[in-house]
Amino acid sequence: MNAAEPQGRRPHRLTVGRIGVYAFLATSALFFLLPLWIMVMTSLKPMEEIRLGNILALPAAMTFEAWTKAWSSACTGLECNGISVGFWNSVRILIPSVILSIIAGAVNGYALSFWRVKGANVMFGILLLGAFIPYQVFLYPLVRIFSLTGVYNSLLCIVVVHVIFGLPTMTLLFRNYYAGLPLELFKAARIDGGGFWSIFFRVILPMSTPIIVVAAILQVTGIWNDFIFGLTFAGRQNLPMTVQLNNIVNSTQGERAYNVDMAATMLAALVPLVVYFVSGRWFVRGIAAGAVKG
Amino acid sequence: MSTVSVRDVSVAFEAVQVFDGLSLDIDEGEFIVLLGPSGCGKSTLLNAIAGLLDVAEGQIWINGKNVTWDEPKDRGIAMVFQSYALYPRMSVRENMSFGLKMAKTPKPEIEKRVAKAAELLQIVPLLDRRPDQLSGGQRQRVAIGRALVRDAAVFLFDEPLSNLDAKLRNELRVEIKRLHARLGKTTMVYVTHDQIEAMTLADRIVVMKEQKIQQIGTPDEIYHRPANLFVAGFVGSPQMNFIKGRIENTGEGLSFLAGDRRLSLAEYPFATAPVPGQEVVLGIRPEHLEISGSGSWPGFKVDIVEPMGADTVIWCSDGVGSVQVRTTGSRRASRGESLTLHVAPTEISLFAADTGDRL
Repeated sequence: MNAAEPQGRRPHRLTVGRIGVYAFLATSALFFLLPLWIMVMTSLKPMEEIRLGNILALPAAMTFEAWTKAWSSACTGLECNGISVGFWNSVRILIPSVILSIIAGAVNGYALSFWRVKGANVMFGILLLGAFIPYQVFLYPLVRIFSLTGVYNSLLCIVVVHVIFGLPTMTLLFRNYYAGLPLELFKAARIDGGGFWSIFFRVILPMSTPIIVVAAILQVTGIWNDFIFGLTFAGRQNLPMTVQLNNIVNSTQGERAYNVDMAATMLAALVPLVVYFVSGRWFVRGIAAGAVKG
Repeated sequence: MSTVSVRDVSVAFEAVQVFDGLSLDIDEGEFIVLLGPSGCGKSTLLNAIAGLLDVAEGQIWINGKNVTWDEPKDRGIAMVFQSYALYPRMSVRENMSFGLKMAKTPKPEIEKRVAKAAELLQIVPLLDRRPDQLSGGQRQRVAIGRALVRDAAVFLFDEPLSNLDAKLRNELRVEIKRLHARLGKTTMVYVTHDQIEAMTLADRIVVMKEQKIQQIGTPDEIYHRPANLFVAGFVGSPQMNFIKGRIENTGEGLSFLAGDRRLSLAEYPFATAPVPGQEVVLGIRPEHLEISGSGSWPGFKVDIVEPMGADTVIWCSDGVGSVQVRTTGSRRASRGESLTLHVAPTEISLFAADTGDRL
């Protein structure tokens, strides 16, 4: 039989282009992993080792001292209770903000795509326009409004701010997802006698799992990483972890404790990191779900 | 008395007027098919009857009650959709009982009705499955079952078979017809673009084009006495043959003339008195053209032969125009063969060339 005759599976050949692609991918991965490596290594070293300046080297005497200090006894200004205070503040801000903003976005998206609300497109346009205005513009007016109504510097205040600023993205997300669902499903539910809320809770919401997961990922990481809203609206009692981290890094007495700074930073980044690792599969599924019919 | 009555209804999308004063009366127990090409407004009309679409003008009456402003659920209707529209997160049983649950029907009553409908449609073994575990045919059966449990006076079908493959479509078509016969007094309004479905299912067909009703009639009337050129061309496959010509008064009465071909119209039942010299289009179904030695129209040459099993369609032309002839399945012809055709004068339709209306 002729060896050159094509038959069966096409053989894989390593071409120059392919080698180039792999080389590029490997370099990119290294580039993005480098800071993480430096941070983890530094946080595990005692200060004497850090002073030597070999920032890429493995720790000779590994210690978790910096991590415990960062968590429970690092100084944020005058208080020295570590970043754990900020962690729990962030959690208390995060949970109601995420839940409320997702509910608001889902109801908005549902109303916009299924019920022919008068002027729906105009309203949606205005809502999206709001998303393009820089946050800084809102800060001062909002501070005035909140202090007039007496809720300024409270947990309620920061939650409301997060829900409001999450609305454009959440609405867009849910509206687009619902636009992909067959309209006939909604018509069938109307004929079966469903009203606005019963169709939403019994028919639409049970089909929304993929997009709820996507929305949760976006909101959890976004709200956790927020700095300026937390600083402005949360009040001293509720400062989130990002603000506390900044205070730890900036309040230095004498020698700068790089290992504690690094450990605190890692702790602050932990939640979004875990969210991405756990939900990676869902994230892709959620994005693809827009293209798949129910 | 009519169960569904559409009176002078206009529907407007934004600024675009879709219907302008459309009226239609449907009798109790009647099977009505709305037939037309896509975009003719048949689905819009169905949605307006269902109450899923607000009308701009006119009234809709169902069962002697003006329901123009009523919610869909209060109109005494049930609807089956092209995409089945089953609730994906509910089991078949939950799908079928959702409407009754919304109406706060007592539980034993719900169970009774679901069991009865499931029995009727032979979907009892599927009751605890989810829609994504069903085939297309089973899904549509469930969708019909969901409509059935509502005990509605009027069933609305929006192209229910269009998503199914040809074999399943035939099966379910028969089943829908059987269902209608078994339910007795239930009125059905059925939208389709498939003329076979229309012909086989309907008591009366409503042919629509560009938001206007072209003809309302029994399948026989629609097929044999089409009201205009559009209906004649849209219904029937292979299509009706159209031959342009004019009416002349010859010695032995009125005749149709096209070139040197002629046909006596002495037996043709004119609906409106023709004017000699009038330009007309003669329509003749392929099965009403007969290949015969003694035919009156000689000089056709075979162009293409399409054997279809039960019958054979022969395309032939005389240099001026081409016609299709439907003949027995065993008939074969070779390309270029000469044929003489016989036209039965009682089977033809005549249309005015300018308006397209039947004469």
